[in-house]
Amino acid sequence: MSRSEMVRIERHLNRRKVADFLFAMVGLLCLLFALLTLLALMYDLARTGVPRLSLDFLASFPSRFADRSGILSAWVGTLCVMAVTAVAVIPVGVAAGVYLEEYAPKNALTAIIELNIINLAAIPSITFGLMALGLFVYEFGFGQSILTAGLTLGLLVLPIVIVTTREAIRAIPNTIREAAYAVGASKWQVVQHHIVPYSAGGILTGIIISLSRAIGETAPLITIGALTFIAFLPTPPVSGDAPYVSFQWLMDPFTVMPIQMFNWVSRPQPEFHVNAAATGVILLAMTLVMNGAAIYIRYRFRKRVKW
Amino acid sequence: MGIDQELKMTRPLSVQKTVSFTSAKHPARRLRRLREAVIESLLLLAAGSSVFVTLAIVFILVSESLPFFKHVPILEFLTGREWTPMFSDPKFGILPLVAGTFLTTGIALLLAIPMGTIAAVFLSEYMPARAREVVKPALELLAAVPTVVYGFFALLFVTPLLQKALPDLAGFNVLSAGLVIGVMIIPYVSSLSEDAMRAVPSHLREASYAVGATRFQTSFRVVIPAGFSGLTSAYVLGISRAVGETMVVAIAAGMQPNLTINPTEPAATITAFIVQVSLGDLPHGSIGYQSIYVAGLTLLSLTLAFNLIGFALRRKFREAY
Amino acid sequence: MVNTTQEAATAGGDEMRAEIRRLSFSYGDKTVVKSVSMPIYKDRITALIGPSGCGKTTLLRCFNRMHDLYNDTEYEGEIALLPENRNILSSDIDPIEVRMRISMVFQKPNPFPKSIFENVAYGLRVRGVKRRSFIEETVERALAQAGLWNEVKDRLGASALALSGGQQQRLCIARALATDPEIVLLDEPTSALDPISTAHIEELVVTLKQNVTIVIVTHNLHQAARISDYTGFMYLGELIEFGRTPGLFTKPKDARTESYITGRFG
Repeated sequence: MSRSEMVRIERHLNRRKVADFLFAMVGLLCLLFALLTLLALMYDLARTGVPRLSLDFLASFPSRFADRSGILSAWVGTLCVMAVTAVAVIPVGVAAGVYLEEYAPKNALTAIIELNIINLAAIPSITFGLMALGLFVYEFGFGQSILTAGLTLGLLVLPIVIVTTREAIRAIPNTIREAAYAVGASKWQVVQHHIVPYSAGGILTGIIISLSRAIGETAPLITIGALTFIAFLPTPPVSGDAPYVSFQWLMDPFTVMPIQMFNWVSRPQPEFHVNAAATGVILLAMTLVMNGAAIYIRYRFRKRVKW
Repeated sequence: MGIDQELKMTRPLSVQKTVSFTSAKHPARRLRRLREAVIESLLLLAAGSSVFVTLAIVFILVSESLPFFKHVPILEFLTGREWTPMFSDPKFGILPLVAGTFLTTGIALLLAIPMGTIAAVFLSEYMPARAREVVKPALELLAAVPTVVYGFFALLFVTPLLQKALPDLAGFNVLSAGLVIGVMIIPYVSSLSEDAMRAVPSHLREASYAVGATRFQTSFRVVIPAGFSGLTSAYVLGISRAVGETMVVAIAAGMQPNLTINPTEPAATITAFIVQVSLGDLPHGSIGYQSIYVAGLTLLSLTLAFNLIGFALRRKFREAY
Repeated sequence: MVNTTQEAATAGGDEMRAEIRRLSFSYGDKTVVKSVSMPIYKDRITALIGPSGCGKTTLLRCFNRMHDLYNDTEYEGEIALLPENRNILSSDIDPIEVRMRISMVFQKPNPFPKSIFENVAYGLRVRGVKRRSFIEETVERALAQAGLWNEVKDRLGASALALSGGQQQRLCIARALATDPEIVLLDEPTSALDPISTAHIEELVVTLKQNVTIVIVTHNLHQAARISDYTGFMYLGELIEFGRTPGLFTKPKDARTESYITGRFG
């Protein structure tokens, strides 16, 4: 190899090294850009919204005067809707996940179900709202109620629960199943005594993630007709008179926090933007806490059980 | 003490032994079989519910849209350049909404695909595993922020910021909405891409390093081509999210249907139109009611089309390690 | 000892507990066990040896119908449980009932991530046994039989995963014994253990045969020679030779058996 050739190769190598380094910088910048945007968003929201937070804000109904408005009906509505969503999605999602991992034969039906779950993730959330408007509101006659809203969000986040349940179950080694079968357990006993308890951490993570997604979801609820201005609370579920327990609240009209926020941010007056920011702070805090909890639980369970 | 000693205290107890095998008709066995079958059917029903959701969406969108086409010829719907369904002289050309959707999506993708891919390469090929464990969940938080909060951010932070550079920028504009959607979908693109890249077996990387390639060359000449089908999935999911994104555009892009390719103007997307109409009082069966279903059906078809293209691309570039 | 009244159907004084009759087993179109016939003697240890992939584990798993858990499997021939002479592979028989009478210990210790107590009690729980005192007695008896009682009696509520590998395997043996099975299947039970734990388990297995019939699969020829009464040598899915252990190891009749036990292959 001639001397000039070696110099050439070395120069080329240096150029490649520089390219490598430059790319690393670009990559770092991309990550930083994304994370800094997140920080900017949180900072901007907090700067505008946090000073507005007070007990009054939580305990007041919305009003046409920005400084007298609050999110009482919105957070109560969010809680009620989330309760319905959780009750709807947890059993169905976990059962579906268990079926697909433990029972499903390898046939066309299973393949269709699996493909369908993947594709549901790509369907725009607003079309869930349109479906719910046609089906739940008019066809089933549930009206523009908490029940409709909860079911709609439940269907929307169902794939998340199914997919995380399946992942959690898949982590259980087959030897555990065989150990249970070998002493005479039936399939359902294996599921009930082993599969579900051992995947509980992963399932819980999925449930929290799905509810955190549902809590911030706005578009489908607007479609089914959530009210943007609501100055009363749903019927209390318990009362002093017989029969003491009432499910009337399921049929009540509602608003939720993201819709309240949307309503305020859409108004021209900056005072209402402050209210929107304050609502956003609470909403964001809730989703971040839920996501943090999910990450923590996943981490804990991964540490605890080493198969 | 030894095993023999232990055994002394351990005469076999009489567990109620199965004396002989039961026949298939034995009541206990029938009961058990029945119970297992009932449980299995219930679980199957739960799994099938996801298919029910899809069928319900398609069925409702189609059936509620059909009456619309009795009033409006399909050709006029597809080629009309004005969309004013709530006016006294309504016009039903979907093009302005489709244009608005493509414009926001396009801007979002121009931001999200390069940044998401580069971030994914960086996470997968450059970053130590420990740092990745922290950074990846942090990045995924971007996907956890409620979209209405992103709308607030686009309208009241990004737009004023952009107006400093572009003084002509309207208060409601497509640019800011598109950019914010882009940031929002970065984690969808980067997370799935990173999974795809890490699934590329390390012997391929080692082969590349062994002939003297740098990380940069290995990433772009070996890892990305090998993981291309996974990258396609990531992009398609990102596109689906951007096309279907509603709140950011409803808040920050204005809601006027506007057939334009100028991102500094306000415009409406398909989703924003649905929101706008839904906010008003909407009698069941009115033309306004039908029009949101037609819009929804268009949206679903667009999403489906992108997914089919993705599916075809994936088939073509399926990795064979 | 439990009823040794019948001395019929014996070979050299040993009574048959089960008999494999022309058993073949296949996954899909791949036949892994080919027309194997052999006896299993009551309260004796029968070892199955052979090079890896010879079908010994597959044969063992036929005994408690573990293959039923997976698709595309097919049994042909029978395994008759004696003295009632019922073919446990018959589709009329519920695999769950088979597993209630024939339990199994696996290659790698696989305790449930539950307490020590619950691991051993599990076989009773799935049978619907509720009586606390009975469960407690049985757990103690099974742990004692498995030589683990003294080590764990003060921490029955602790997680089974906290035990050492050897202890975990003895726990799995206790779990298999708690239901008072007629046959216990051991699938290379010491392959994942250190020599000391291995010795402990071998000693234990020999003691157990006072009460229970044992079939053990092992890749360790010395282990088979040390602990078993009968040995079957399998090769490419077939049973090449079966006989009393000392005879098979000292005077193998088949050249392949001889090659294998002298270490020429495997």
